[in-house]
Amino acid sequence: MTDTRIPAVRPRAADPAVAAVRPGARERGTRLLAALFLAPTVVGIVVFTVVPIIGSVVLSLFHWNVIDAPVFAGTANYRELAGDATVLVSFRNTLVFMVFAVAAQLLIALALALTLNGRMPAWLRSVFRSAFFFPLVLSAASISVVMKYLFNQDFGVVNWLIGLFGTAPVPWLTSEHGAMATVVIVYVWQQFGFSFLLFVGGLNNIPKEIHEAAALDGATGPRKHLAVTLPLLSPTLLVASVVGIINALQVFEQPYVLTDGGPGDSTRTVVMVIYERAFEQLRFGEASAVGVLLFVLIMAVTAVQFRLSRRFVHYQ
Amino acid sequence: MSRPTLSLSRARYTLGPWARIAGLTVCALLTLGPVVWTVSTSLRTPADSFDLPPQIIPAHPSSAAYHGVFEQIDVWLLALNSTLVTALIALGQMITAGLAGYAFARLDFRFKKPLFGLVLATMMVPLQVTIVPVFLVLKTTGLTDTLLGLIVPAFPTAFGTFLMRQYFLGMPKDLGEAAMLDGAGPWRIFRSVYAPLARPGLAIVGVLAFNYHWNEFFRPLILETSGQNYTLPLGLVSLQGNLGTGSISVVLAGVVLSMIPAVAVFVVGQRPLREGITSAGVNR
Repeated sequence: MTDTRIPAVRPRAADPAVAAVRPGARERGTRLLAALFLAPTVVGIVVFTVVPIIGSVVLSLFHWNVIDAPVFAGTANYRELAGDATVLVSFRNTLVFMVFAVAAQLLIALALALTLNGRMPAWLRSVFRSAFFFPLVLSAASISVVMKYLFNQDFGVVNWLIGLFGTAPVPWLTSEHGAMATVVIVYVWQQFGFSFLLFVGGLNNIPKEIHEAAALDGATGPRKHLAVTLPLLSPTLLVASVVGIINALQVFEQPYVLTDGGPGDSTRTVVMVIYERAFEQLRFGEASAVGVLLFVLIMAVTAVQFRLSRRFVHYQ
Repeated sequence: MSRPTLSLSRARYTLGPWARIAGLTVCALLTLGPVVWTVSTSLRTPADSFDLPPQIIPAHPSSAAYHGVFEQIDVWLLALNSTLVTALIALGQMITAGLAGYAFARLDFRFKKPLFGLVLATMMVPLQVTIVPVFLVLKTTGLTDTLLGLIVPAFPTAFGTFLMRQYFLGMPKDLGEAAMLDGAGPWRIFRSVYAPLARPGLAIVGVLAFNYHWNEFFRPLILETSGQNYTLPLGLVSLQGNLGTGSISVVLAGVVLSMIPAVAVFVVGQRPLREGITSAGVNR
């Protein structure tokens, strides 16, 4: 599609006669319209995202409890955080959570999407697709309320269910490892549908002929998936893992409702610390400093991912 | 290429259609199980709520738990708040994303690229990093603990803008050019030619916004301090807190009530929702 009519959009450039009659009137109209159309979004993003980012960085250099005047503190907040066991453990918890949650989410979603991609009646396929996607429309907070009962050590359905297989009751929410595992399970249960949908879309985008050609060359089963499907799916895998990681690093509702960060600090995440420091303890400077660190962490992880992806992502 | 292991693994790993369907069924049951349990437990009497094995069909069906919810929290008020907040945000996002997406896709102006880059970059900024300054901005303007304070900051949507830009880019250019040759100005071209075609794309933005903000917890938790401004997710968690002695069926009845609109959107808006999510991974 070489668009030979593009000059028509810009009469001035294409046709001096038109330009002489109305010098740039249409272009001025276009620019005015663009400004009007962009204003709500750009102003909103500047006021509610760009300025607040700068604000967070500035605030992180102050001691401030909202009531008294802010006191300049330099890097004191950051130095205090470096020696604060709760903050350090929250970063560790968040990273541990991220690794397990993202890995599980991607593997489950990928396995289900590949399985669903096989031969089966169309109606059945759409039933499964809807089922896997359903938890995504529910609220993380209320789902966590439900899960708190299901994972109860004494009367929860989960322990009853694994008891059927002869497994002893697990202290899901009351032991350190159990609590983290539960937070991961509940999060993954709700979130895997997102990656699943991305993969279903990505698989649909792979031309059928490529698989047919691979089949002619003798590729079948897992080999077909490893050698053919995965490389073609790699752009989608990259998006799914970037979005998955960014979301996982911001986990809040599940640990807040399920465990309130406990037992001890074992499920306290970075965002929970931001919330507690700012809105429970009124230490706004410290909360901002934690926020800035989280931002840096997310940027760093994403940058590493894109760097790595250059070696693994194939575009058609 | 014909190592002996290959033929072995071929026999072992190629799942028949029945094995595949059976596996998917188990996974689907695990996925929907908690929801089914929630609904069925909310319909049991308090005495039966801890029964194991769980009764899928309640032995003594009862709506007592639902009466309990209405007694303990003002469900109508919470639902009204949630509806108001969610509907206005969805509408606002459709308008802002529709306009900005069109400008980025079809209009020429200076700084287009850097501005679009700015919008895309903000997709990466986590809400929690900006929440303290946003809270302070809202506090100085007197918007904390109001529904408006929840609504206005949610109007601009980077993802929605990106989505609508893609959507407009997918439309044929010839339509606008034909209209221009007929003498239509840039506003007329948008209003009469492209805007009507954008409805399905706007539906995606609206449904995504509805789903996200109906379930939103973090911002309401921080911004809304008095119970009269609570949204449903906040009310539910507080309902759970109220219940030192009560039954879990009441909490679960509350959960079911709050799920109803989300499920309605799932049924009606499944396709737009799915397309919105899928396009995030495919269209780049």
